[in-house]
Amino acid sequence: MTSVIQSSIIKKFAMALSGFFLIVFLFQHFIINITSVFSEEIFNQFSHFMGTNFIVQFIAQPILIFGVIFHFVMGFVLDFKNRASRNIKYVKYKGSSNASWMSRNMIISGLVILSFLGLHFYDFWIPEMKYKYVEFLPDDSNRYYSELTHKFEDLNKVIIYVVSFFFLSLHLLHGFSSSFQSMGINNKYNFIIKIVTTIYSIGIPFGFSFIAIFHYLNH
Amino acid sequence: MSKLNSKIPKGPISEKWTNHKNNIRLVSPANKRQIDVIVVGTGLAGGSASATLAELGYNVKSFCFQDSPRRAHSIAAQGGINAAKNYQGDGDSVYRLFYDTVKGGDYRSREANVYRLAEVSANIIDQCVAQGVPFARDYGGLLDNRSFGGVLVSRTFYAKGQTGQQLLLGAYSAMNRQIARGKIQMYNRHEMMDLVLVDGKARGIITRNLIDGKIERHSAHAVVIASGGYGNLFYLSTNAMGSNVSASWKIHKKGAYFANPCFTQIHPTCIPVSGDHQSKLTLMSESLRNDGRIWVPKSKSDAAAIREGKLKPTDLSEDERDYYLERRYPAFGNLVPRDVASRAAKERCDAGFGVNKTGEAVFLDFASAIIRYGKEKAHVKGLNENDEKLVQELGKEIIKSKYGNLFQMYEKIVDQNPYDTPMMIYPAVHYTMGGIWVDYNLMTTIPGCFAIGEANFSDHGANRLGASALMQGLADGYFVLPYTIGDYLADDIRTGPISIHSKEFDEAEKLVKDKIDYLINNKGSKTVDYFHKKLGKIIWNKCGMSRNEKGLKEAINEIKSLREDFYKKVLVPGNANSFNESLAKAIRVSDFLELGELFAKDALERSESCGGHFREEYQSKEGEAMRDDKNFTFVSAWEYNGQPSNAILHKEDLKYENIELKTRSYK
Amino acid sequence: MVSYDIDNISPDMSFLEMMDVLNEELTSQGLDPVAFDHDCREGICGSCSMFINGEAHGPDRLVTTCQLHMRKFQDGDTIFIEPFRSNTFPVIKDLVVDRSSFDRIQHAGGFISINTSGNTQDANSIPIDKNKADKAFDAATCIGCGACVATCKNSSAMLFVSAKVSQFSLLPQGQVEANERVLNMVKQMDDEGFGNCTNTGACEVECPKGISLENIARMNRDYLKAKFSS
Repeated sequence: MTSVIQSSIIKKFAMALSGFFLIVFLFQHFIINITSVFSEEIFNQFSHFMGTNFIVQFIAQPILIFGVIFHFVMGFVLDFKNRASRNIKYVKYKGSSNASWMSRNMIISGLVILSFLGLHFYDFWIPEMKYKYVEFLPDDSNRYYSELTHKFEDLNKVIIYVVSFFFLSLHLLHGFSSSFQSMGINNKYNFIIKIVTTIYSIGIPFGFSFIAIFHYLNH
Repeated sequence: MSKLNSKIPKGPISEKWTNHKNNIRLVSPANKRQIDVIVVGTGLAGGSASATLAELGYNVKSFCFQDSPRRAHSIAAQGGINAAKNYQGDGDSVYRLFYDTVKGGDYRSREANVYRLAEVSANIIDQCVAQGVPFARDYGGLLDNRSFGGVLVSRTFYAKGQTGQQLLLGAYSAMNRQIARGKIQMYNRHEMMDLVLVDGKARGIITRNLIDGKIERHSAHAVVIASGGYGNLFYLSTNAMGSNVSASWKIHKKGAYFANPCFTQIHPTCIPVSGDHQSKLTLMSESLRNDGRIWVPKSKSDAAAIREGKLKPTDLSEDERDYYLERRYPAFGNLVPRDVASRAAKERCDAGFGVNKTGEAVFLDFASAIIRYGKEKAHVKGLNENDEKLVQELGKEIIKSKYGNLFQMYEKIVDQNPYDTPMMIYPAVHYTMGGIWVDYNLMTTIPGCFAIGEANFSDHGANRLGASALMQGLADGYFVLPYTIGDYLADDIRTGPISIHSKEFDEAEKLVKDKIDYLINNKGSKTVDYFHKKLGKIIWNKCGMSRNEKGLKEAINEIKSLREDFYKKVLVPGNANSFNESLAKAIRVSDFLELGELFAKDALERSESCGGHFREEYQSKEGEAMRDDKNFTFVSAWEYNGQPSNAILHKEDLKYENIELKTRSYK
Repeated sequence: MVSYDIDNISPDMSFLEMMDVLNEELTSQGLDPVAFDHDCREGICGSCSMFINGEAHGPDRLVTTCQLHMRKFQDGDTIFIEPFRSNTFPVIKDLVVDRSSFDRIQHAGGFISINTSGNTQDANSIPIDKNKADKAFDAATCIGCGACVATCKNSSAMLFVSAKVSQFSLLPQGQVEANERVLNMVKQMDDEGFGNCTNTGACEVECPKGISLENIARMNRDYLKAKFSS
C-alpha cells in the first residue's frame, strides 16, 4: 500500500481523479446556480433538494469535502517536493519559452482558489450548516434565492468573486486537459479533448461570473 | 621468427567457422565464474562483447571514457547494417556478401574472416530484432532494406538515419541487464592508460579516472580492446572529439602488431569545411547516394560563378551539369564504393570545378528523385502526374520520410534548405580499416589480449563497404569473440584471481604517473590543440586521399619534429588530480604523434594503390588505382621497436582460394 | 558566475566551437579552461548539456548544443551558460554534470531479457505494424541528454523514462516483461529523486529529438494497468 502512495504516477493519477471529481461537481453547481438567473422558483427547489436530501448531505458532501482537501493537500505536497528537487536554481530560466503560464503556476491559481473557497464557505456553507445543524431553524424551502441575492449586493465581493473565477479558469485551462494526460489518454482525438476542456474551462467560470454580476445589477 | 600465425582453420571456407567452433576448447559454466575479463570501449563491439561474455558467466569489467556506455561513437553511424538475409529475393547470399566485401576491400582482407562475418551477419539481425531494435519496416510489417555503395543487391537494414544509435542502444540494453545482475562492473569516465603484462600475458590495465584523476589498477585473465579507430589522427574527421588511438597504441607498444595503419577510409559525403574554427566534420549518410545524384558544373566559368555566389546551382540546365560518377562508372553510377567516389570528387575539385567558397565541394542533388517519387505517388493516389507543384510536394514528403533527420541536420549546419537547393558535400576521414593485427580468434600477438571492431584490422581490407562497420562490430562482439576467447581462457581455469600488487602493475603505474607529471609540469607555450591541428594538416595533405613518395617522406620527418616540439612546448593547465580535459587530450595527442609516423611509414612501404590507399605513382591513364598483387598481397603487421620509425615489418601473406584476384571495376 | 569577453566569432561556428575558441584563449594564458561535456558534435551522443540563456540546448529547437550555431545570436550579446541543474544531476565541474541516474533507471528494466545466441527466431517471423514500429523508433531516438529534466520546472524525468518504456511496450518483443519493466523503471526514477510530472509540456518543446508527450501518457497508462492488474 505504501508503495502505491509513494509512486509519482499514482500521485498524479490521484490528482487527476480528484480534479475530475471536482470538475463534475463544479458543473452541477453551475447548472443549479444558473437557474437563479431564470427562475427563483426552480432555484429554490433545486437548492432545497440539495440541502435536505440525505444522500447529498451525508454521502456526497463528505466525499466532496474529502476530494477538495485531498486535491489541495496533494497539490501542496507535490509542489513542495518538485521545488525541492532542484536545490540550486538557474540564474536565468526562461519558462515562458516552452510552457504556458497556467501550467507553470498551478500553485498560484490554486492558492487563489483556496482562499476564495474560504470566503465562499464563510458566505454560504457555514451559515447553511449553522442554520440546519447548529441552530436547527425550521425548514424553509423558499429562503435560498433571497440568501443568494443578498450576498451579491456588495460590489467589492462581486469583484473578488469575478477575479477568483478568472483564476479558476486559468487553473482549469491547464488542469482539465492535463488530467487526461495523467490518466494516460493522449491520442489522435486529443484535439477534441483540447477543445472541450477549453470551452469548459472558460465557459464555466465565465458563467459563474455572469451569475454574480447579474444578481449585483438586478438587486 | 615471426609471431604471425593467423590460425585459420583447415577445410572448405564455408565449413571453417562451424568446424572451428566444434573443435575449440570451452570453459565450463562453473569455471567461467572464476574468470575475469576486461573490455575497453563500449561501442557496438565492446558493448555487445561485454553483454555476451557476462551472459556466458564471465565476470566482466567494462570501461569507457564517456559518461555512459551509450555515448560511444558507434551511436553516430547513420545508414545501416548489412546482412545476407535475402529478404528482397534479389539473389543475395552469404557468398555474395563475402564476395562483395572482399572485392570492395580491394583484395586486401583475410578470406576466412570475411566469410565468417558474412555467415553470422543474418544472426545479428535476428538478435537485434529480438532485443527490441526498431528497424524500418514496410507496410506489410516486414523488415525493409536499402542499397549501399559497391553492391548490386539491397541487403542493408536500417532505422532511418540513426541505425548506429538503435543498434548501440540494443547492445547497451543488453549490458544494462548484465549490470543489473552484477555480472558487468561498469567504469564510466575511465580511460585506459596502459596494458599490464604478467609473464608475457595480458593480465590487466592501468586506468585514469577522468573525474578525479585517480590512477587505478584493474586485473583480469584477458583484456579485450574495443576502442574504435584512429580517424582523429587527421584532427578533422567524422569521429567524435574523444575518439582516440591510445588503447590500441599502448598495446602496440607492449607487443601487439599494428596492421595496415595507412588504410583509411575517406567518406565521400560529408558537409564541407566552413572555416579554420572547424572542430569536426559531419557525415551525410551514404544512403543519400541511393537517391542523390552527384555533379559539378561542366564549365569552369559556371563553377567560378557559383563559388562567387553569382549563379545558383538550380539555374544550370541538365546539359550544363557533369554527373561525373554516372559518366565514369555507368554500371554503379552514384553507388560506387567510397574510395572511388571520394577520389573522383577530389579530382573534380582539384581540376577547378569545386562549388563552395573554398572550392572543395560538389553537389549532391535530390531534384530528380523528388520528381520521380512525386510522380509515383501521384500515380498511386490517382492524382495528376503532370501537376508540377503537386509532384514536388509529394516527392519532398517521401524524401523527408527517408532522410528527414539528415536533411534537418544539414540545414542546421549549413543554413540552406536541401529540399530546394542541392547539398554541398566533400570527402572526409571517416573510418580506419587498419588496426591491431589479430588472428582468426581475434587475439593479438599478445597472449590474452584481444582486439575487436574497428580497433582490429581483419575484415575490410583496404576499403570498407558502407554498412559493414556495424555488421563487423556486432559480429565480433556477439558471435565471434565470446566463442574464441574460451579457447584461450581454458588454460586459466586454475589461475585464480590476478593480484594487482605485483611488480608488473607497479612498473606500469609508475610509467603512467611519470608521463602525466611530465605533461602537467612542462608548462610550455602551446596548447594541445595547436599540435593536434598541425599534425592533422600534415597527415591530410601528405597522407590523405592521395599520397606520393616525396610527400610521405616529408611527413615522416615533419611528424617526428612536431613530436619533439610537443614534448618541449606543450602547455597543459590545471593539475593531475581533477577533471582536466586538456590533460586527457594531451595524452591522446601524444599517442597520435607516434602513430602518425608509423602511418606514413606504412603508406610509403606499400608501393601500390589499393582501396583507400592511393599512391599517385601507381595509377592507370584514366586515373584509376593500380594494385600490385604480385608484390603486395599481404598484410603489413608492424612490430614496435623503441620508436615508430624503427618499427619492424612482418608480412602475413593473403591467400585467395575462393575468390579470384581481379582488377576492381565498377564501370 | 564568471564572465568572459570573446572576439572573432563567425556566425558559421557551432556553439561548442565558440567554447573551443574561449578555451584555447584561456589555456594559452595558462588558465583553466571551462569544462563541458561533448563528444560526437553531431547531435546524437547526448553528451553536451548546456543551459543557454535560460533554455536547455539554447534558443533553437530540435537541436543539441553542439548543433546550435552562432548565427542564432547577435554580435555583442551576453550569453548566459549554466550546467543542467537538478539534484539528480550533481555538477562535477563547471558545466559537466553526472547523469548516471539515467543509467541506473535503465539498469532497472530498460532491456528485453534475451541471451545472445545464434538461433534466435528469424527477424521476420513476427510482422510488426509499420505505424507501431515507427512510433517505437520515434521513442527510441531519445539520446539521453537530460534536457527534459533540466528544463522541467520540477526536474521530472518522465519524458526520458517514458521514451524508454514506450520503445519496448510498442513492440511485441517487449510485451513479456512489460508490466515488470514499467513498475521497476518508475520506481527507480522515483527513488533517484526526480520531481513529479505536472504536464507543463516544456520537455517536449526542448527535447532535441522531439520526443512526444504521448509517450508519457502511454507510460501512465501502462503503469496504471500494471499496478492494478498485478
